[in-house]
Amino acid sequence: MKTVNIALPKGRLGEKVLKMLDDAGFSCPETKENDRRLILESADGSVRYFWVKPSDVAIYVERGAADIGIAGKDILLEYSPDVYELLDLGIGVCRMAVAAKKDFRDRTDKTLRVATKFPHIATAYYEKKGRDIDIIKLNGSIELAPILDLSDVIVDIVETGTTLKENDLEPKETIVPISARLVANKASFKFKNEQVKRVMDALSKQCAEKR
Amino acid sequence: MAEQMRNDETVIQGLKKLYRKYGYSQFKMSKFEEYDTYVQNKDFLISDKVITFTDTNGKLLAMKPDVTISIIKNSEDSENTVQKLYYNENVYRVSAGAHAFREIMQAGLECIGAVDTYSICEVIMLAAKSLGVISDSFVLDISHMGYVSGLIDGAGFSAKEKAAVLSAIGEKNLPQLVSICKEKNLSEEMTWKITGLITVYGPIREVANRLSEGCVNEETEQAAEELRTLCEVLEQNGLADKVQIDFSVVNDMNYYNGIVFRGYVEGIPTGILSGGQYDKLMEKMGKTSKALGFAVYLDLLERLEEPGDGYDVDVLLVYDASAPVSEVFAKAEEITNSGKTVLVSASVPESLRYREKFVWTEGGAAK
Repeated sequence: MKTVNIALPKGRLGEKVLKMLDDAGFSCPETKENDRRLILESADGSVRYFWVKPSDVAIYVERGAADIGIAGKDILLEYSPDVYELLDLGIGVCRMAVAAKKDFRDRTDKTLRVATKFPHIATAYYEKKGRDIDIIKLNGSIELAPILDLSDVIVDIVETGTTLKENDLEPKETIVPISARLVANKASFKFKNEQVKRVMDALSKQCAEKR
Repeated sequence: MAEQMRNDETVIQGLKKLYRKYGYSQFKMSKFEEYDTYVQNKDFLISDKVITFTDTNGKLLAMKPDVTISIIKNSEDSENTVQKLYYNENVYRVSAGAHAFREIMQAGLECIGAVDTYSICEVIMLAAKSLGVISDSFVLDISHMGYVSGLIDGAGFSAKEKAAVLSAIGEKNLPQLVSICKEKNLSEEMTWKITGLITVYGPIREVANRLSEGCVNEETEQAAEELRTLCEVLEQNGLADKVQIDFSVVNDMNYYNGIVFRGYVEGIPTGILSGGQYDKLMEKMGKTSKALGFAVYLDLLERLEEPGDGYDVDVLLVYDASAPVSEVFAKAEEITNSGKTVLVSASVPESLRYREKFVWTEGGAAK
């Protein structure tokens, strides 16, 4: 039996998925201990997990270092990797939104300055609206941008809206709903089809039960 | 023996032999092509970025990013014969990961003219055999644009919705496709048929006979029939096990119309072979004939494990200044005559992996 390599996003989402896989019988004894290893292998050698930065999951899968992985729809939209998107796990639910200061009024006679971690998504959204924008790519603390007048609006992930509220911002438009997806490498889907399908079916069953 | 060919060298030899065996003749093209040739069919290219430069006479030229378009340009329309050509060329295009131009070696074949069912089956058989030249463990995924577009049209999707449906099929994104069908208020039966484009896949002999269940119009019936015929041919050739029907192979509908396919070999994470029937591209380029073909991306072969024992050379022959040249020569000759490879050097090269070492001084060779 070939080992399936699974890339998990570091953080709450990844741990949740690992728990789901564990419940479905793909357990790793070591995972229950609190260790810092990046690679974990199940006792029977059927699965191997590794922890990667959430935004890198798609790359690991596209390039075949991982056969399957868990990635947010935001990452998939931003990088459009050449992978199969097999399942919507219905967890990690949030949305990609445009946010701005509460008193923000969009002046259409000016170029809109947009600060974001997701330049591709933001560009595509405003292109569809025919709006001329200036993209400011940031890697974190996006909420700061409108406050310091670095940008007019931000395009970012909004979960509960608390961070926005605490910084005197509010969501203005929703671009697209986001949730965690199971993605698979295209070649792995052919050569490890049985194993990939097993993980996929198990996760899909777990999701159905939770809903 | 340290004398192995690199993967791509062996593969190129193997592919050439295979294509010649079936009467394909080599098409040799120039490195440059007028930029205009590509500009009208930019979407056909894998990446629309092209290296351009101005020739001495002021004409804008391009380093060829693609071979098919040049072959079509040079082909003559014919109603009753087919031109069978193969090529092995370098092309220049932007690679997805690096965002920079790369030289990519590509081999492939094109079949242009009065393309009929026989030619289609032959090309697909050759595609499967090409993958076989690279590795024993391969899969050829086959889809049919006629079947896919027939079904989508049958369900009444508009041109804009069509793009969304196709991208969901390409991603095998079932939840997305289901929600598109729901939005469109499709009947349960129609939804089942459309989602079948994702859920139905597998070995051609199992799937081909089930396709008629999903047919909705003449276009789909015809496509299903073509796939069944193909299945018979592959069965005859003993290739049916390696060929799967998988509709997630979606090529641009503006260019491709019939069978489209993509090949994978174990150990390479992306498709290494891609092709299909592109009558619509022919039409756009002012030709009346039909055509199909495929390309093999040889640059990907680097990812495959090279066969070999890890040695660069069998014998390292080190001589010092006192050794007579003629004797060193004779010794090197003796070693090569025994079928071994030899590297003759005045010093031991760093990081060279060799099986044995001879040191030659005035007195003769010593191990």
